[in-house]
Amino acid sequence: MFGKLSLLVLQQYWYIIVSLLGSILVFLFFVQGGQTFLFRIGKSESERTILVNALGRKWEFTFTTLVTFGGAFFASFPLFYATSFGGAYWVWMLILFAFVIQAVSYEFRTKASNFLGKRVYENFLFINGLLGTFLVGVAVATFFSGSQFSLNEMNNVSWANGAHGLEAALNPFNLSLGLAVFFLARVLGLLYFMKTIDNDNIIARSKKELIRSALPFVASFLLFAVWLMLRKGFAVNPDTGEVFMEPFKYFHNLMAMPWVLVMFIMGVLAILGGIASGLLSDSGNGIWFAGPGTILVVFSLFMLAGLNDTAFYPSSYDLQSSLTIQNASSTHYTLVAMSWVSLFIPFVLTYVIFAWRALNKKKIDEKEMQEEHHVY
Amino acid sequence: MLDSIDMSLVDWSRGQFALTAMFHWIFVPLTLGLSFIVAFMHTIYVRTGDEEWKRITKFWMKLFGINFAIGVATGIILEFEFGTNWSNYSWFVGDIFGAPLAIEGILAFFLESTFIAVMFFGWNKVSKRFHLTASWLTAFGASLSAVWILVANAWMQHPVGTVFNPDMARNEMINFWDVIFSEVAVNKFLHTIGSSFLLASIFVIGVSAYFLLRKKEVLFAKRSTVIASVFGVMAAIGTIATGDTSARIVAREQPMKFAAMEALYEGQTHAPLVAIGAMRTDTTRFPHPREEFIFKIEIPNALSYMVFLTPSGFIPGISDLVYGNEEHNYMSYEERIERGAVAIQTLKELKKAKERGDQVSYEALREKFSDPIWIDQYYQHFGFGYYKGRELRELIPNVKVNFYSFHVMVILGGHFLIFTMLVLWLSLKNRWGNHKWLLWVAMITLPMPWIASQAGWVLAEMGRQPWVVYELMPNITAVTRLKPAAVQITFWIFLLTFTLLFIAEIRIMLSQIKKGPEGE
Ligand code: HDD
Ligand code: HEM
Ligand code: HEM
Repeated sequence: MFGKLSLLVLQQYWYIIVSLLGSILVFLFFVQGGQTFLFRIGKSESERTILVNALGRKWEFTFTTLVTFGGAFFASFPLFYATSFGGAYWVWMLILFAFVIQAVSYEFRTKASNFLGKRVYENFLFINGLLGTFLVGVAVATFFSGSQFSLNEMNNVSWANGAHGLEAALNPFNLSLGLAVFFLARVLGLLYFMKTIDNDNIIARSKKELIRSALPFVASFLLFAVWLMLRKGFAVNPDTGEVFMEPFKYFHNLMAMPWVLVMFIMGVLAILGGIASGLLSDSGNGIWFAGPGTILVVFSLFMLAGLNDTAFYPSSYDLQSSLTIQNASSTHYTLVAMSWVSLFIPFVLTYVIFAWRALNKKKIDEKEMQEEHHVY
Repeated sequence: MLDSIDMSLVDWSRGQFALTAMFHWIFVPLTLGLSFIVAFMHTIYVRTGDEEWKRITKFWMKLFGINFAIGVATGIILEFEFGTNWSNYSWFVGDIFGAPLAIEGILAFFLESTFIAVMFFGWNKVSKRFHLTASWLTAFGASLSAVWILVANAWMQHPVGTVFNPDMARNEMINFWDVIFSEVAVNKFLHTIGSSFLLASIFVIGVSAYFLLRKKEVLFAKRSTVIASVFGVMAAIGTIATGDTSARIVAREQPMKFAAMEALYEGQTHAPLVAIGAMRTDTTRFPHPREEFIFKIEIPNALSYMVFLTPSGFIPGISDLVYGNEEHNYMSYEERIERGAVAIQTLKELKKAKERGDQVSYEALREKFSDPIWIDQYYQHFGFGYYKGRELRELIPNVKVNFYSFHVMVILGGHFLIFTMLVLWLSLKNRWGNHKWLLWVAMITLPMPWIASQAGWVLAEMGRQPWVVYELMPNITAVTRLKPAAVQITFWIFLLTFTLLFIAEIRIMLSQIKKGPEGE
């Protein structure tokens, strides 16, 4: 079945899978966003316990999605993996660090003799929520703004400056997406609380916080989106493979791929609808709009970055070193083998959803926290 | 052959990888083994409905959870470290190496994290049967994730199922099944899993001994011990059997590692096996420094017999490999370096021809890389080419480290077999716990499998030095070109963070153990 597909189709298929994982990851950042509210919304110990447990049952998914995103990128576009991780060393190291401290915090926070104390683990969760989301946003923004690397004849990367990726966080364009992702994660976290928790104080405070996160999100995202449409982009000449700067490239991509335009607009509307629902109604269903909306928006951004003869990981330092889905991918053979594996994804997802429905039949409240055998 | 490479960069990067991998490996084997023991206990509970078994299951499950969390925390670093610190390697082998890592994420990690959630939260929420299934699937899921990462590691030790593509300057997979089912991969999996079961069994026996010594929770401790010792005996036998196969495979595929782990400099037939020995470094001999035995106890002929099943088998020593041995058909390293250099030069010329647009030369050079004879004569030695003009001894792994780690592992393996058999025998006669000193032995034995297990990885990884991909890519070309200072900083950050987390984990474990299964 897959063996008959052309290399280009397989490259596109895998770019789409990787993009989907990336978009789902940003949606699942509701865990990170929620973690930044432990102190603001959880005023008492028992409220904080509820918040931590509401998030603690989902954090593994975000984490695992990040790991899988990395693994899938490695397998399908190894040159990207080698170039970006090795080059933008500091950005990725900081992101990883933020996730290392998260992984233990849930399990260790309330255990006896946990050495560092409850407060430190709660701070770890906060740092993870702040750094993890912001830096991933910055890293994704470099898909459009470019990075400072070059590749030699063995395709080995060297970075043009000693900051090894940290310079990206000083670029205002990248900053706008970093902030947008951070505030979006917070919005999603609040909507998630409203959906899963049964506690009036928490719901009321979440509502109040929602507007405070939604406004900066809208502002930074608008800035990013407008800037993206106006800026030059990294275009590829399909015949020669040569990379050149094209004015309004991403705007052109949007026009050339109307399905992306539709997804983008639907996504933005769904996010706004989710926020509105959170502000105006008590149903708690806002997350069901904002979540899928997030996936649509992020997915369409990935499409703009990589399809329609565009370099998805461009170098602003040495244009011709830029990575495209064609020059960075694995071989036909490996992509076919991996594609067979990808057929398992729907089954895995079905199982995950089935299991969670069984566990999550009712909302989390204080009573459960006292009775449950396994609390964080 | 190499544009300037700062050795301290290589060393710090290796140090960082070793640090993070070894931390990860403190927790992983316990996860792998304990998950099966817990699933087994859980089954007995569901079968008998005996509340005591429920308490037992829950107690070990809690320890499992604490350990699992820190296993996850240390794992994520490794996954990305191939990219951050070994980026040239990631490109050179990404077409093969990436696939197992991705499959691990897609198939194993997702399922594992869901199974675990059901296992922990499912007591009152899902049916008994579904809950039990989740416990078993957690165990299988953990082993499944081990499969993939070990396949990747085995491929580095023994690259198969691939060809080199000079246009892309990378290796490309041509047979997925060869990669997965290579003898090295299968055996590595069995030995690793077997040793992890053994480790977990000894952990359970040791912790139970603590309760027996304090005469607390005696029924709980005895029942746990029976389960663990049955597991333990089987695992000990399996570990020794697969370890033996490992050694035989190493002798055939990685003779240098084998010579190093036996500290054998001059090859011989009727080679003896050094059972126990101690060494000192003699700097006056060549190729110096050379390790000399201060004392040793040998079993005559055993080494030759072990590898070839006949005492007349010839085992090459380090000198035979470095200087060559025509009689037994070992090409000298100098020769291999020359040939490797030819392969590298051919690749360079090919790139130039391509740049010039000289199609004729390009085709001719391209042809070589798909010619089996040329590959056998030249490309096979590709990695050696990078050592032109460098010192030969860079190609010899650290003999002391390999010798000691191998022997520590084997001696402990023998101890574990006797120990677990004794515990099983006494448990079955219901006499385990009668002798205080034996309980103390159990407590002292508790940390030992960690030593053996770490030693095993040190041997596997240090013994293949300087190769990252065996004889194709040395560590000096694999490393990401960073400032050594950058790697140093991350090294210290990881050391500090992991140490703090490790202390936290140990203290939490100890306090959970002290509390016992009471609260369950
Ligand atoms: C023999 C088994 C084995 C070996 C050699 C390794 N690991 Fe591991 N790893 C596991 C077996 C395992 C596990 C048993 O599946 C863990 C331990 C605790 C856990 O959560 O799963 C795990 C966790 C774990 C995680 C977190 C997974 C999650 O999100 O749940 C990552 C990213 C890695 N590992 C990656 C690696 C890499 C890149 C390795 C290469 C050096 C490595 N592991 C060696
Ligand atoms: C989890 C158990 C493991 C342990 C304890 C371990 C141990 C080590 C040690 C001690 C080193 C340093 C050797 C040296 O540089 O002198 C090392 C290096 C390395 N190991 Fe492992 N290893 C483990 C698993 C793996 C696995 C599963 C892989 C691959 C999938 C792997 C790949 C590597 C790489 C790429 C290096 C760096 C290259 C180099 O040493 O030059 N390791 N490991
Ligand atoms: C007594 C008999 C044993 C023998 C003969 C033996 C032999 C070996 C050999 C030769 C290797 C190196 C494989 C390679 O380089 O590819 C190895 C690796 C290893 N050993 Fe053992 N071993 C024994 C016992 C143990 C014990 C008791 C443990 C731990 C409890 C253990 C854990 C490991 C691990 C984790 C590795 C690294 C994974 C691998 O490369 O397979 N071994 N062993």
